[in-house]
Amino acid sequence: MNARYGMFIDIDRCTGCGACMVACAVENNIPPLPAATDRKGVTWIRVYRIGNGQRSAFVPVMCQHCGQNAPCVHVCPQQAVDVDPATGIVGQMPQRCLGCRYCMAACPYHARYFNWWDPVWPRGMEQTLNPDAAPRMRGVVEKCNFCQGRLHRAKESGGQFVPACVEACPAQAIEFVDLHQSPPPANSFRLLEKLGTDPKTYYHSKRDWVREIANAPGPGGAPGAGKENRRG
Amino acid sequence: MTIRGEVFFLTGLAAALAAGWAGLPRALDRRIPQPMEFSHKVHAEKAGQSCEDCHRFRADGSFAGIPPLDRCAGCHAAPMGATAAEKKFIAEYVTPGREPRWAAESAQPENVYFSHITHVKRGKVKCESCHGNVGSSNALPPVYVDRISGYSGKVMSMDACVECHRQRGLEFSCLGCHK
Repeated sequence: MNARYGMFIDIDRCTGCGACMVACAVENNIPPLPAATDRKGVTWIRVYRIGNGQRSAFVPVMCQHCGQNAPCVHVCPQQAVDVDPATGIVGQMPQRCLGCRYCMAACPYHARYFNWWDPVWPRGMEQTLNPDAAPRMRGVVEKCNFCQGRLHRAKESGGQFVPACVEACPAQAIEFVDLHQSPPPANSFRLLEKLGTDPKTYYHSKRDWVREIANAPGPGGAPGAGKENRRG
Repeated sequence: MTIRGEVFFLTGLAAALAAGWAGLPRALDRRIPQPMEFSHKVHAEKAGQSCEDCHRFRADGSFAGIPPLDRCAGCHAAPMGATAAEKKFIAEYVTPGREPRWAAESAQPENVYFSHITHVKRGKVKCESCHGNVGSSNALPPVYVDRISGYSGKVMSMDACVECHRQRGLEFSCLGCHK
């Protein structure tokens, strides 16, 4: 049952509601962090808002699950990150992580998050924890793993699974696929494809200005970035 | 260094090594007592043919855990033999309906995703391959757990998992088993 998991994300469908972020946090036992700021919070999937001055678009960005040359794998001194040859999922082992955050610096997608605090759940909420995802401690990095707990369950029953964000999206903007069986649709693009990271997350939009985010250092990143590419 | 100094030094070294050798395991591990004596061998001979007769699996193949008191009480409502352990068991657990708190040797850490469904039902792995020949043992093994982590490191180490998975060409990634 070797699959090469990937995602197709239709930016034109995304309404920016954030249901995927909530569903992800619930599925993967990500604690609510009252003291967290935008920089210090943990969310495995983040919906960025981009605009061209007149119109806005929303881009969900999670770990893009790069190919064999994933930048985070190379820099990790602990071998806490690996690319599963069977599924293509880039896995992060928080128990091995020493918290150096090289991987966060290396990741061009800003898809990795550091735990600045030990997880604390409000009274009563700990009863909603998912037994298939181990909570992470303070001082380690974590990221999207395509809902590994669901993959384990699917392996048991021999069935299929979709990650929580895919299930939660009311606009069905995210599609979870086996890239062996469904090749990426025409006109789809990947973020920062020029870096050669070979991600397995494909985006799609009919709008030209939205497609340009593929070349920017990050969605809505530094102004002027990616212009060289446009000229050439 | 004088001869006397050498002897003094070597004696001290030997004493320190011996103390470390004998004392370190106790310092690292804590022994969890079992609630009573239990012989798998006697039960395998008299009560059941296979492990599953007591260690049940649910309908979907998942493991139901250490047998609850009901399974024991079916036979041991009244003494069947003449051992002191059985009398104590009936008086302390069966009659008051109190579940014995067995110390589980094979309990896995929380970040391990182990499924009996995939191993026993789908992979056809025998119980003995991982648990050893418990069925013919006369006494429960002593359970030692790490004082800090609270986990038993004596059985079912990750090395054993990895070795078997390598041989069969399964699961090469951390998250194949960890969560």
